Amino acid sequence: MMGAEFVPLSLTPLLIGICVAVACALPGNFLVLRRQALIGDAISHVVLPGIVVAFLLTGVVATWPMLLGAAGAAIIAVAAIEAIRRLGKIEPGAAMGVVFTTMFAGGVLLLEQSDTSSVHLDVEHALFGNLESLIWLDATGWASLLDPVALAGLPVELPRMAAALLAVAVFIALFWRPLKISTFDEGFAQTMGMRTQPLGLALVIVSAIAAVAAFDAVGSIIVIAMFICPPAAARLMTNRLEHQVAWSVLFAALAAIFGYVIAGYGPLWLGYTSSVSAAGMIATVSGVILAVTAIFGPHRHRGGAAKEA
Amino acid sequence: MIVDALSLQLGYNATLVTLGAMLLGMAAGVGGTFLFLRKRALVSDAISHATLPGVAIAFMLMVAFGGDGRNLVGLLAGAAASAAIGLLCVSWLSTRTRLAEDAAIGAVLSVFFGMGIVGLTVIQTMKSGQQAGLEGFLLGSTAGMLRSDALIIAVSAALTLALVMLLRRPLTLASFDPEYATASGQNVARTDLAMMGIVLAVTVVGLKIVGLILIVALLIIPPVTARFWTERTDHVVLISGFLGGVSAYVGAALSAALPDLPTGPIIVLVGFAIFLVSLLLAPQRGVLAAVLRHRKFQRRVHLRQGLLALAQGQPIYENLTLRLLRRAGWALPDGVPTEEGRGRAGKALLDEMRWQLIRRDPSFEAAAAHYDGLTPIERVLTPDQITEIDSRIPAPQGVGA
Repeated sequence: MMGAEFVPLSLTPLLIGICVAVACALPGNFLVLRRQALIGDAISHVVLPGIVVAFLLTGVVATWPMLLGAAGAAIIAVAAIEAIRRLGKIEPGAAMGVVFTTMFAGGVLLLEQSDTSSVHLDVEHALFGNLESLIWLDATGWASLLDPVALAGLPVELPRMAAALLAVAVFIALFWRPLKISTFDEGFAQTMGMRTQPLGLALVIVSAIAAVAAFDAVGSIIVIAMFICPPAAARLMTNRLEHQVAWSVLFAALAAIFGYVIAGYGPLWLGYTSSVSAAGMIATVSGVILAVTAIFGPHRHRGGAAKEA
Repeated sequence: MIVDALSLQLGYNATLVTLGAMLLGMAAGVGGTFLFLRKRALVSDAISHATLPGVAIAFMLMVAFGGDGRNLVGLLAGAAASAAIGLLCVSWLSTRTRLAEDAAIGAVLSVFFGMGIVGLTVIQTMKSGQQAGLEGFLLGSTAGMLRSDALIIAVSAALTLALVMLLRRPLTLASFDPEYATASGQNVARTDLAMMGIVLAVTVVGLKIVGLILIVALLIIPPVTARFWTERTDHVVLISGFLGGVSAYVGAALSAALPDLPTGPIIVLVGFAIFLVSLLLAPQRGVLAAVLRHRKFQRRVHLRQGLLALAQGQPIYENLTLRLLRRAGWALPDGVPTEEGRGRAGKALLDEMRWQLIRRDPSFEAAAAHYDGLTPIERVLTPDQITEIDSRIPAPQGVGA
């Protein structure tokens, strides 16, 4: 599998998968600790109408309008959830359920009503993405990595996803201390003079950026899985946030690599001719990792230190 | 055409599906209420997404044993089995590990859905998988449904509704006051299990109509909407069931009548429209009612403060206060009190002075707790008490030369 066809066919999807997984897992750590784990789920549902509206307005499947549309939809959703929660005095979970199902339904309806048959935009694509199709046609082998002409033909999703990963990482590195303190003890953070509300909002926005950038490349299912599974598994491994983040990055990367490889090559090893969905397999592998840590993880139980072996 | 659909004139299958959707909507509305009251609305999202691998595996098994992979009963049985496994995973993760329930829900939802997608792509490569139409389970598709399938859905929706009605009492008790339910000898854990069983049944029956991604809306939106209209649990249950039935009925009928309207999203949007109307217009809890209440309160505060200012001869700069006083006929446009206004102002000042006195006196503590700057003192004290207080108001001090 490390032959010449690896670089054009598998290298870029693999790298994109890793970038997506890590970019989602990083903010996911804080979301899981803050009990906002389902925000990733909500975001990935609500961006659908935004993307469809952007397409209907511009008539093309282009990156920037879609990102803007998705971001706009995410902002509308956050505002709507807050409004319903405050105006109707409804618990946040239910308010979220109302908003994201409605917006997703609206997106599906728009999609079915408009003529999108000529372009690559449908509900299944939005859900599963198509990681396998992000191939690097200009590459001929490992040497292409140094060839500027071939590099110019890289799928646009790779640099975009790398930029999103960088943005997420920089945000978390810059605000590490306030994020950590406000996640574990919001009251203490407030007495120290930290503005926890804008910080919480910023975390949600950064998560939305990661989700939207990833959504276009790989579909929503990986996004939801990567927001939750690697951080949750990492949480069962350690009591220190620094270690947890490191574990989550490792788990996310492992899930992306093994998921992609198993999806692409597993069926071939078993004698079948076609591969299965990489997005689905990456989510499955992350679930396997979570299951293993939930059974064997040293800090899987509630409260206090790990049990002595 | 729409009228035809709403009055069930679109043929036998469409009628069956519409009626089935209505029964399902009622069952979901009632069952969802208990979920909502227990604040576990999003568990249903995990359950519904967890049905997908079951559907895929059931299809493969049925084909492997030489049957027709599209047999609805088999597919739904597979869905129920894997949803039950998903539910077990959620409760195991959230009780046996340190993970919170939301993380457990999200993990199960995404992982099971991922497995299901892997299954779907496997099926696509199978010879009999090309026309499997399993994608219909994602967003619901009632168009071109087989008569036997429509019948199965209608009957199982009716059975689900019957089950919900049967378990109504213990569920109400457990979701309204779990401690009391435990104290009166009810096994709340088992009731919770029954609740989840109902959610599971609703999800599985709804797969073909609403689709697994949006079924959660059928369980969440009607109870949230119903909550606006009443403060009583038993009424929430009834209203929620009614609203769920209406949205599913109207949604299914519209979808049958008009082209390119997928059933699931339409049902959800109809439900949301009802929610929006309730949010704005409901008495007591609606936004409009709240705004009116706020305006009324604001008016009282301004009038009271305006009267106090008049009584003490202070100028009034606040435009709203002046306008309100003028409209009540208590002041002239330049802020000078009218005859009636002077009387009201004197009364307000006296009231305020009495309040200040009883708030300083510990023996009136209970009454003084009602002080909000608006309540007339006659409402908390008897005339005798007021006379007693009045005796303490200091007489005018020596008037200067």
